[in-house]
Amino acid sequence: MTPRFRDLLALEPLSAEELSFLLDQSKPFQVIQRHPLKKLATLRGKTVALAFFENSTRTRISFSAAASRLGADSMNLQAESSSVKKGESLLDTVHTLDAMKPDCLVMRHAASGAADFVARNLDIPVINAGDGTHEHPTQGLLDALTIRDRKGTIENLNVTILGDIQHSRVARSNIHLLAKFGCRITLCGPAMWVPKELEHIGPPGTSIRRASRIEDALDGADVIIVLRVQTERLHEPALPVDDYILLYQLHAARLRLAKKDAIVLHPGPMNRGVEISPEVADGPQSCVLEQVTNGIAVRMAILYQLIGAAAAEEGAQTAADSAHSSDEKAR
Amino acid sequence: MLLIKNGRVLDPARQTDAALDLLLDGDKIAEIAPAGKISAPKNAELFDASGLIVAPGFIDLHAHLREPGQESSETIETGTRSAARGGFTAVCCMPNTRPVNDNASVTRFILDRAKSAAGVRVWPIGAASISSKGEAIAEIAAMKEAGIVAVSDDGKPIATAKLTRQVMDYCRSLDLPVIEHSEDVSLAAGAVMREGVTSTRLGLPGMPAAAESVCVARDVQLAELTGARLHVAHLSAKASLDQVRWAKSRGLRVTCEVTPHHFTLIDEDVQYDSRYKMNPPLASREDREALLAGLADGAVDVIATDHAPHEPALKDVEFDRAPFGILGFETALALSLEQLVHSGRLSLMRMVELFTTGPARVLGLDRKLAPGQPADLTIFSLTHPWTYNVNDSPSKSRNSPFDGRAFTGAPMATIVAGRIIYRRN
Amino acid sequence: MPIVEKAQLMSAAEIDRTLRRLAHEIVEKSGGTGNLALIGIRRRGVPLAQRIAKAMNAIDNVEVPVGILDITLYRDDLSKVAPQAVLQSSEIPFTVDDKDLVLVDDVLYTGRTIRAGINGLFDLGRPSRIRLCVLIDRGHREMPVEAQYIGRSVQTSDSEIIEVRLREIDNDERVVLVDRVAE
Repeated sequence: MTPRFRDLLALEPLSAEELSFLLDQSKPFQVIQRHPLKKLATLRGKTVALAFFENSTRTRISFSAAASRLGADSMNLQAESSSVKKGESLLDTVHTLDAMKPDCLVMRHAASGAADFVARNLDIPVINAGDGTHEHPTQGLLDALTIRDRKGTIENLNVTILGDIQHSRVARSNIHLLAKFGCRITLCGPAMWVPKELEHIGPPGTSIRRASRIEDALDGADVIIVLRVQTERLHEPALPVDDYILLYQLHAARLRLAKKDAIVLHPGPMNRGVEISPEVADGPQSCVLEQVTNGIAVRMAILYQLIGAAAAEEGAQTAADSAHSSDEKAR
Repeated sequence: MLLIKNGRVLDPARQTDAALDLLLDGDKIAEIAPAGKISAPKNAELFDASGLIVAPGFIDLHAHLREPGQESSETIETGTRSAARGGFTAVCCMPNTRPVNDNASVTRFILDRAKSAAGVRVWPIGAASISSKGEAIAEIAAMKEAGIVAVSDDGKPIATAKLTRQVMDYCRSLDLPVIEHSEDVSLAAGAVMREGVTSTRLGLPGMPAAAESVCVARDVQLAELTGARLHVAHLSAKASLDQVRWAKSRGLRVTCEVTPHHFTLIDEDVQYDSRYKMNPPLASREDREALLAGLADGAVDVIATDHAPHEPALKDVEFDRAPFGILGFETALALSLEQLVHSGRLSLMRMVELFTTGPARVLGLDRKLAPGQPADLTIFSLTHPWTYNVNDSPSKSRNSPFDGRAFTGAPMATIVAGRIIYRRN
Repeated sequence: MPIVEKAQLMSAAEIDRTLRRLAHEIVEKSGGTGNLALIGIRRRGVPLAQRIAKAMNAIDNVEVPVGILDITLYRDDLSKVAPQAVLQSSEIPFTVDDKDLVLVDDVLYTGRTIRAGINGLFDLGRPSRIRLCVLIDRGHREMPVEAQYIGRSVQTSDSEIIEVRLREIDNDERVVLVDRVAE
């Protein structure tokens, strides 16, 4: 039996088998990104609601392109112009969206657990496009897909994550996914951003350690994930940016401490010259553009799985209903 | 007259545990005697307490009745009906109403409303500072004359060490306990749960245990400085309890309470469900063990509910935005039996003490079962099986994480001033 | 409903002979193999296309490229595919522009699979011609689709199922007619 997904709220609860399935299912969509004609009719007549209560041009466009390439329509809720600003509750807002009968809701929200909360209150599939400082599951998947393409596997790699781990939903999704495949994860950043609790967020037996010196963190790394230093959102506590650059910027000399064939990922948008130097960002080890392309493939796969499963459920329900009514006629 | 027959009577004040009958006359206890020895008048009403425990009336030191001001979440009427179902004969209500109970007219309003309500005694707690803003001392003496039993700025701590010291000095002279919501607000700023692996996993801002214990340490020092009676509300952390133990070892007049949810649940139970959001937040596994030990060995004086109703619309939001607090009255005894008595951690006598003589002592009351004492009794079963359905509650709110939980043991009757105000069918 | 085997339609030897005949027919009618390519439809069209290409090689000594087409994303019944369908990639290692394509599948039934296959091919480019080759044509068309190369035509009822078993996939090699019988 192949896995079925009702929602995609987080990677933490998914098994290695389920995660592998989603990565495998993204492959056909990667191929389609290379077709001259990228548009399918698979989800024709379906509507994807995109509710971004927090600004994110990239992720929203990526989901929008994924929906469009599957033949689905999308409706956009713009946080800036929406009733959210007028004090409407989240539940009222999503109920209103739901009344427009979309087949799926993609949402981003500043509150951790917001997608989980909405999913409990809606019948349609909910895809978490980032909730507060909790998870960003499609980013975790697209990173894994990128790593698998470049390294041939996502198993037993040395993965180093640099930056504000405590406030990063990307890091949490990366950790939960990669740890399930036996990767040894090293977290590195200013101590206030890398609390000791992070070493214990995986299931028993997962290898997560902290390193305070970037040199130690990079030694032997196969994969380096550089997190964005948020300039629009406050890190708590804030740190002078010059200190950050001095201690934690990934530049060419430091990259040489990692394995020769190490790859560099960044969820974007990059602050060149802050968390990553331009030469590393544009160098042969950088995967940032592949990540963007893979983002569409992963999101196509997720939309296909979730909307397909919901349609199948509905189909089964309709079949059961009609069987039931014919029984009654027979009586 | 009401004759309560065939019960097992427990009185922590005298360490009585015996088969006794009680005769209530008007609002007082008239007679206590071995089973079958009381010859009651013919017209006396009879309550057969066979198989049940008869205890002094339970007192809840810590509740929010929301009236005046937030009547969509609770009123004195609905709150006390819920309290009666929980076996409570008296409820101390916190002053963080709208307006704040920081003057005698609000105190009198509350007492007036309570008279026409469910029959549970309502004992208001007055604000320590005006509007609980932590700037100037409230009219505590006038409120005392109107009927408050303690002062607190609950919902938050008394803002500064200096004001706390002044309130303590003043309350010592008025012989009122100061109840402190112990929290260092800067350490707790923005936090929605206890800091730990779970908060890190969920990406929710957490407050460390020290957010509470730092404030307890401050207050204990000030209690020593002033000689005041300090009662630490809803204590949740081992480090805080250590401070209280230290204070007690020095003979300071420091007491503390623990809520049923803090000795039942831990931070690992939080899953973005706002029914698990309260302040202080659910603590660590080790803290819970320390609280259970303190309840057993006497370091903890009181079990209090911190009954904090919030109407569904307020709680049905993102975890971040939901207000702190959960319902408490109707599950307090059942959770205590489950976690403390049935588990073998505490004797039944000790548990009853935490609900009766414990809180009475904090308030400076002498509570015992004796002729001439108020006829307030809580009668409960150790074995009655039931399932808590929050939709059956007379409370206006539904914010309980214990909805649907199956229990063994329940309040069977609540008697206040000689009158049965609640009886379980 | 239990399923019973009613008849064997082809043995292993008959399948082999039929594929060789089909290879001959395609080569004959194509006016040269220079531009020819075979597209096997997942799953059983794939080994069939590979075997036909091998047979062509034996005839004319030409290498006819074989592509693999997964039509799941082009089907018109999303609600029926999701539970069991595991998506696989199409693998077409050549450009289809101006190619003379032959789609290969095991059984031609309603014609919907072929419709989906043609759609899928057009997303890849603009072939000069598309023809269809099937091992079995069992009738009951719901689309205006016909095969140019047919191994065998079989009259069937709606309840019957044609099972093509190939050693590459099924560890067996024959074509059988099975039926669902009411209990």
